[in-house]
Amino acid sequence: MRPFTYERPGDSDEAASSLRPTGSFVAGGTNLVDLMKHGIETPNQLVDVSRLPLRRIEEHEGGLRIGAQVTNTALASHPRVREDYTVLSLALLSGATQQLRNKASTGGNFLQRTRCDYFYDTSRRCNKREPGAGCDALDGPHRNHAILGTSEHCIATHPSDMAVAMVALDATLRTVRADGSRRSLPARELHRLPGDSPHRETRLDPGELITHVDLPAPLGGRHIYRKARDRSSYAFALVSVAVVLDVDEAIDTARLALGGVAPKPWRCDAAEEVLVGRPATRETFIEAADAALADARGRGDNDFKITMARRMIVSALAEAADLDDGFVGSLP
Amino acid sequence: MTLGRPHLRVDGVAKTSGAADYAADHVLEPTPYVAWIVEAPIGRGRVLDVDTAEAEGCEGVVRIFGPGDGERMRPWGTPDDADRFTMSHGLLRDDRVRWFGQPVALVVAHTLEQARDAAQRVRVVCHEERGRYTLGDDEEALEVPDELDGGLAPDVIHGDLTDALSRSAATIDATYTTAPIASAAMEPHATQATWDGETLELYVAIQVVDWAVEALHNTFGLDREQIRVRAPYVGGGFGSELGIHSDAVLASLATLELEHPVRLVQTRRNVFHNGPHRGESRQRVRLGATAEGRLLAVAHDAIMPMAKGYPFAEPCAATARAAYRTEALHTTHRVLPVDRAPIDSMRAPGEAIGTLALEGALDELAHELGLDPLELRLANLADREPSSGKPFAGYDLGRCLRVGADAFGWAKRPRPRQREGRQWIGWGLASCSRVNMLMESEARVRLEPGGRAVVELDMTDIGTGTYTLLTQIACEDLGLRPDQVTVRLADSELPTSCGSGGSFGAASAGGSVRKACATLRSQLVRFVLSHPDSPIRGHRAAEVEFAGGLLAVDGAEMTLAALVEMASDIDGDERPPGAPGPEDILSAEGSVAPGADYEDFGQYAWGAHFVELRVDDASGEVRLTRALGAFSFGQVLNPVTARSQLIGGMTFGIGGALTEVLHLDARNGAFTNRDFAGYHLAVNRDTPPLEVLMLGEPEERSGPLRSKGIGELGLCGIGGAIANAVFHATGVRVREFPITPDKVLAGGLGR
Repeated sequence: MRPFTYERPGDSDEAASSLRPTGSFVAGGTNLVDLMKHGIETPNQLVDVSRLPLRRIEEHEGGLRIGAQVTNTALASHPRVREDYTVLSLALLSGATQQLRNKASTGGNFLQRTRCDYFYDTSRRCNKREPGAGCDALDGPHRNHAILGTSEHCIATHPSDMAVAMVALDATLRTVRADGSRRSLPARELHRLPGDSPHRETRLDPGELITHVDLPAPLGGRHIYRKARDRSSYAFALVSVAVVLDVDEAIDTARLALGGVAPKPWRCDAAEEVLVGRPATRETFIEAADAALADARGRGDNDFKITMARRMIVSALAEAADLDDGFVGSLP
Repeated sequence: MTLGRPHLRVDGVAKTSGAADYAADHVLEPTPYVAWIVEAPIGRGRVLDVDTAEAEGCEGVVRIFGPGDGERMRPWGTPDDADRFTMSHGLLRDDRVRWFGQPVALVVAHTLEQARDAAQRVRVVCHEERGRYTLGDDEEALEVPDELDGGLAPDVIHGDLTDALSRSAATIDATYTTAPIASAAMEPHATQATWDGETLELYVAIQVVDWAVEALHNTFGLDREQIRVRAPYVGGGFGSELGIHSDAVLASLATLELEHPVRLVQTRRNVFHNGPHRGESRQRVRLGATAEGRLLAVAHDAIMPMAKGYPFAEPCAATARAAYRTEALHTTHRVLPVDRAPIDSMRAPGEAIGTLALEGALDELAHELGLDPLELRLANLADREPSSGKPFAGYDLGRCLRVGADAFGWAKRPRPRQREGRQWIGWGLASCSRVNMLMESEARVRLEPGGRAVVELDMTDIGTGTYTLLTQIACEDLGLRPDQVTVRLADSELPTSCGSGGSFGAASAGGSVRKACATLRSQLVRFVLSHPDSPIRGHRAAEVEFAGGLLAVDGAEMTLAALVEMASDIDGDERPPGAPGPEDILSAEGSVAPGADYEDFGQYAWGAHFVELRVDDASGEVRLTRALGAFSFGQVLNPVTARSQLIGGMTFGIGGALTEVLHLDARNGAFTNRDFAGYHLAVNRDTPPLEVLMLGEPEERSGPLRSKGIGELGLCGIGGAIANAVFHATGVRVREFPITPDKVLAGGLGR
């Protein structure tokens, strides 16, 4: 860990304007501090935003405005979130541990970095850590890596559960920039795909600080968050599935997003197009799953994620539609 | 406080309140320097350059050791007659890299933050050579190990396997694999070392103190008398702390060079490469049986890696050699030398992974024959140790299976492939065995003023309950309360014990304390019966009882406190030559050794596992809902600590079966998932309520305490029961451990 200066600004504008190019915001510190200890992130300035007055959850235009410093625990247990944005509460509770959720912030959760083993091992090559260095994950063990949205430069996944639900719910980020200007950014547009510059992970400008996350008016319907993992708690997703489904005669509303399979929280537009207006049948759900995974490619160790995601999408949609308790059985 | 009764841990409050003094906790003066390991970024080759220019300039750096700076150490692996625990562990002697993550430099600074920062600025340049890191398919490269762990023969072959298989109504030929896994003890390997110009002193996380002394002697060429090792509390071990590792070696080097205390705590990432791991295995099991299920053939052939320069081979076929009667028995072990970090003995070497293959294959055989897997095992109970023909010192597999089955309700087992909603439900069972060992061990028990007893030996308590058990023995044998007994452990100045490992600690160290107590009692009785001022003078020795801090006989009594005073009054000047002095009366030693009972009998503890689980139809995730283990291991010494050992073992086995795997980079032997976010130990949510039945009776042929070891027993076989339950639930037979969701899906879940 490199020596660093520590500052605690009084408000968001001061925070955004005080960050140097070599500095970093820190909120809960549940990810950044580890990365600093390992020498993966080496900021020489920490601007602590955890005590900014951004800890409230308020009614906003029929939806909710969530302060970026609301903890994961507070967000997951908020009555409105549990009632109207259940998929978000479920996603939060499936992540990390109680202790980590007590510290981790809403804004920081979006910005946590990949858990790729090669990103974490500074003796190995990683294009995220060192642009142009190469990627040792491509031909190493890569069971936990992405099957969608990858490039030949990076196959790492985004590890968040919360962000998957946020993207499914069409959340919008509110930010402040160094010059004091403010803007809105749809959560689904926050993360970039790796392409040839996997070190550039988001569309935030240098010094731009997330202040709030807005949720639009509730969608209704059934909310499901399914997370497959190697152990039942404190493990990142192999595959996770966020579903919101409202069925009347046919499917009225459908939201589908995936975690653990892509460099960003992965919204499945093509699958939603398949679903809306169609009868809630097994055939429809299989078609939706296939649409979601049409571009999925494994590299060997992670091939299983395609099968797993397909089964989990069908199962989660079926459960949301009260079809066979989500039993999948044999798929064509 | 007596043996066999439940007693809470005497050190429980110290441990839960933070007062227990683990290796890195001990406060040393002056404040130790902190050392940080710089690891090799290649698996095999040479270090060309260690560039310390930037690091040297960092604040607080005291010294950076690089290749060649460990010249004072003797070459790794010497002398030839030392074993892997006691041989020289010399590091930084030259530019060779023998495993990925091997220390190639050591940064010593005033604080941890300074050492870490500087270490991250050291630039290491290596020349990488072609190494061998994985088992592969090269049969030619396999070697026959000199011996297996515990001195067992690599091959034990009886009868005509081909003939027995050809006469069988049903045969199984299945290959199972297990993954490399890590002990992952809660306390990482850690050392604080000091050198005052005469004595090298270590506080170190170690299971066997005496082996640490010997290894330091062989590494640094110091006399044994110049080395003192202490480990009053050790946070686990599971085999990985049987011997010393890089922390002890490098902290010692640094303190010898700098003449200042040095602390080196391996980071969790260090531990995976600078502590030992369990190698992966490929195990072929062939079974043949009659239509009624009588075994005619049992063949178990295992292949595992062996780290070059670190001779250890795991006896995978241990249970095949012990548990079942068969006409033909064929067991072999081969190893492949690899350029890897030390591969070593991890909790229940042999049985832990061997039962995964054997008990799975037996389930396959039962399925093939259309028999209940319980009945198949009961039909093949052994009357003698199959590998040797020796009688058993207790063979209780049948009772464990029957009683366990009744308690679990095995007769009500659901039909195969039942489900509730999207969860497949399965039941499975497996037998459990673990070799029982007794080791040479010595202890001293002495009385202090006030009638207090002090028990002294270099035994460790690695969380198993040694302090409690030895307190119980001293209380029972000397008639004292727990607060009148002090147990001093894990100091190389104390009598040499067996240490902790192989489940032999309680019986061996406990046995030596029992014998020391018996000797002490005879000395005390002989003294007081003849002393002119004794109130119980002249009584018969056999009638003297020790109870409530008193010696009592026939209405007369005296306190131990008065006895100590009386004995201490013996004046050395007036004592006739040869007559006992105070120390001859008030202090006694005891020792145990395996002896004839361990030559003439097959010594095992036994058990049976029963599990119920659910398999998610969509994801293939396996979650246990019930687990019951029925165990037989002689005398139960303390049901509280015994249960902890057994459920700890079961939990360990659940992790090994379902979640634990070190991901091995075949290009260089690195493990890529080197933290507890990526290396998945079983957590509470993976572990259902665990039921434990303790069924045995005291076993006279197993040592002074009539008990057998249980530190490893609980984990042996539970993974087999889990795999068998997955098959029962889904029809998918996973022969590749751990049973992660991808493998259940790949097996055709839902088809």
